[in-house]
Amino acid sequence: MPEKIISMKNICKDFSGVQVLKNVDFNIYDGKIMALLGENGAGKSTLMKILTGVYTKTSGEIYLNGKEVNFRSTKDSQDSGIAIIHQELNLIRHLSIGENIFLGREPVTRTGRIKWKQLYEESKVWLEKLGLDEDPRELVGNISVGKQQLVEIAKALSLNAKVIIMDEPTGALTVSETERLFSVIRELKAQGHSIVYISHRLKEIFEICDDVTVLRDGELIGEKSIDELDEDKIIEMMVGRKLNEQYPRIVSQPGDVLLEVKDLTNRYVQNVSFKLRQGEILGVAGLMGAGRTELARTIYGIYKKDSGEIVLENRSLRIHHPTDALKNGIAYVSEDRKANGIHLGLSVRENITMASLGSYCGKIGNISKSEEEKSANHYIKSMHIKVSGTRQLLKHLSGGNQQKVSLAKNLDAKPKVLILDEPTRGVDVGAKKEIYELINQFKQQGMSIIMISSEIPEILGMSDRIMVMHEGRVTGIIDRETATQEKIMSLAVGKDVCQNAENII
Amino acid sequence: MCAKMQKISFDANSVKRVVKQQRPLVVLIILSVVMSVLNNRFWTVDNILTVLRQSSINGVIAAGMTFAILIGGIDLSVGSVLAICGAIAATLISSGMHVVPVILITLLLGLMVGLVNGLLISKGRLQPFIATLGTMSLLRGFTLVYTNGKPISSRGGVWSEAFSQIGTGYFLKLPVPVYIMLFVFLVAYYVLRHLRIGRYIYALGSNEEATMYSAIKTDRVKIFVYCASGILAALAGIILTSRLGSAQPTAGAGYEMDAIAAVVLGGTSMAGGIGTISGTAIGVLIIGILNNALNLLQVPSYYQDVAKGAVILIAVLLDRKQKSR
Repeated sequence: MPEKIISMKNICKDFSGVQVLKNVDFNIYDGKIMALLGENGAGKSTLMKILTGVYTKTSGEIYLNGKEVNFRSTKDSQDSGIAIIHQELNLIRHLSIGENIFLGREPVTRTGRIKWKQLYEESKVWLEKLGLDEDPRELVGNISVGKQQLVEIAKALSLNAKVIIMDEPTGALTVSETERLFSVIRELKAQGHSIVYISHRLKEIFEICDDVTVLRDGELIGEKSIDELDEDKIIEMMVGRKLNEQYPRIVSQPGDVLLEVKDLTNRYVQNVSFKLRQGEILGVAGLMGAGRTELARTIYGIYKKDSGEIVLENRSLRIHHPTDALKNGIAYVSEDRKANGIHLGLSVRENITMASLGSYCGKIGNISKSEEEKSANHYIKSMHIKVSGTRQLLKHLSGGNQQKVSLAKNLDAKPKVLILDEPTRGVDVGAKKEIYELINQFKQQGMSIIMISSEIPEILGMSDRIMVMHEGRVTGIIDRETATQEKIMSLAVGKDVCQNAENII
Repeated sequence: MCAKMQKISFDANSVKRVVKQQRPLVVLIILSVVMSVLNNRFWTVDNILTVLRQSSINGVIAAGMTFAILIGGIDLSVGSVLAICGAIAATLISSGMHVVPVILITLLLGLMVGLVNGLLISKGRLQPFIATLGTMSLLRGFTLVYTNGKPISSRGGVWSEAFSQIGTGYFLKLPVPVYIMLFVFLVAYYVLRHLRIGRYIYALGSNEEATMYSAIKTDRVKIFVYCASGILAALAGIILTSRLGSAQPTAGAGYEMDAIAAVVLGGTSMAGGIGTISGTAIGVLIIGILNNALNLLQVPSYYQDVAKGAVILIAVLLDRKQKSR
């Protein structure tokens, strides 16, 4: 066994009396990649926040190279060679790559003037080490998310980080960007860095990690070498139960055409046409920037359409605002929960009734709190939303439960067409399956569903038909029976350029 | 013995909790206690009524300001709205118009200004600070032009006497403005807690984008809020003009700051989404008592501003420190 560079022992943490970590042990081995797994709310990020000095532990010890340390601030942790790269990158878009790498520790002359030449030259050296061919003077906002990730890593390395923690690093990356990140990670490992890799994507864990630590409900479930494990075993450790069928598909006979989109065009999408039947799930696949979210938001009335038609039940709709869409029975569950899907500062009850508040109101607009309460409790029960009560604030819920509240809100508006944009993003394995089951329920009830997803297995597992988009256009609509991962991928990268797909992404 | 100890510690804990949750109230109580020790005239009925009456104008304005701050905005124009509305009211009443249409016209004028603010902010996409800074200056200028820089008397009309009752009258031994303030607070409470628009106000302040995605016309919520603030500022103008018997061209200058201070002292977040009208009511009383105290203690007027500023900063600082924990 290699040396433990970091060893956390018996870590406990509670927030105002609620224990979120109970006697957790966590080790990081020298020159190895440790996966940290667990459902949302299992305590992964709390543990990492303790390691990086954001939170102080309630009890327990942290050893760095066998010596006990006590991190009082992020600076302490950084000085000890620990760096973290968050899921939401901490870069400033309006500054250059070089400025970002040296933010807060720019090389300066004695009078305080920044030595720009030195800053950019040193930046270039770090970028080259990671094989990133970008001018360090380029603004961070102008480069892709994948490259931004590498800039974060460059920053960590320039800080002399020995241990790098990566939280869901591939969440927003394309396939080839992910491959590139992996080769960088392997390179870092070869140079002797230790890495903590947090991800919900189990395939990635098997691809690059050496060991796995699993947490559940704030407790350590186990630390194992990757060789001893397979996917089912990991899932079992994470959720404490066996998941037999990942995608619980329901075969049903779709009804008549409910929604028809004809030649929809605006600055994001071009001539998009498709039909959606009653009780059907239409999967929408594509790479980042394919225009899927933009298509959904155009239908929902957030973006203006320049031309084209949206026909629901043989009636052409005029949609200028989400109110028009919802009034006609089109609901949209956003991909970016925190930004526009839910109100973190409001309660579960207030969130659930937000889009349908009118139906709880009397003549003068007075809300019937008891009706609201009844409805909120109904959804909490039927959707298994884990809350302490209807008055709990959304910011205190896990990602999966927040997503369920977001779904409940849209359901309560009684839609005919439900557009789900990345319905399982940032949701743990157990909640994922519950969400799939809910989607199937909606389908059985005759709702028509458009499901946008970047996870091809999810698309294949859930959809009745699959529409693939590339650069704002529809490149193909295929039936479930004939769809394969390869077929979707080749459509997603654009038909004409199929052969050299790898270079394009 | 042991049980008794537990009981005491439990009580201490619950006191602690109340202190934590009701910090504005605690500040108010401490201030009152300190004042009653420093000056034996403080706790007299007369003085308490004076405090309430003097707070009423700030109370009415602060209720509207609470709405604006709850949606993450601000309304700097309230002082100027008060001035122009007061001047119009004085002109109309001294010309002999009946008091009811005078009040309605004045409130309508406040509503119109609020509508302009709301449209500039929602449809014109201006920052609330900038938009209301503009209307603040604009209306102050209008008022000076309209009054020619001189006070306009509200006396001499058939209904002047009735009009003056709004600001100076008593009903059941309480000054009329106090009733107006209480009425405004009750309505504002009902709007925020029980009406749909109130829920939308919190939603908008908590996350504007998510509110729009929930199929809510955020523009309408904004317009409603600034209209409400405008009407309430006009109402404050009526009270002040009635009380003084004339409309001063510089009336209400700086009132927006007292209102903002009251709202913030009451625990409302300047970022929006968090706050209550009861907090604002307490904030208004804190400012009222502070003004009263500084007068009773005969602090020279230049020093009064210094003291007021210091107390506001300390109170808000304590509140923030509590919340960040």
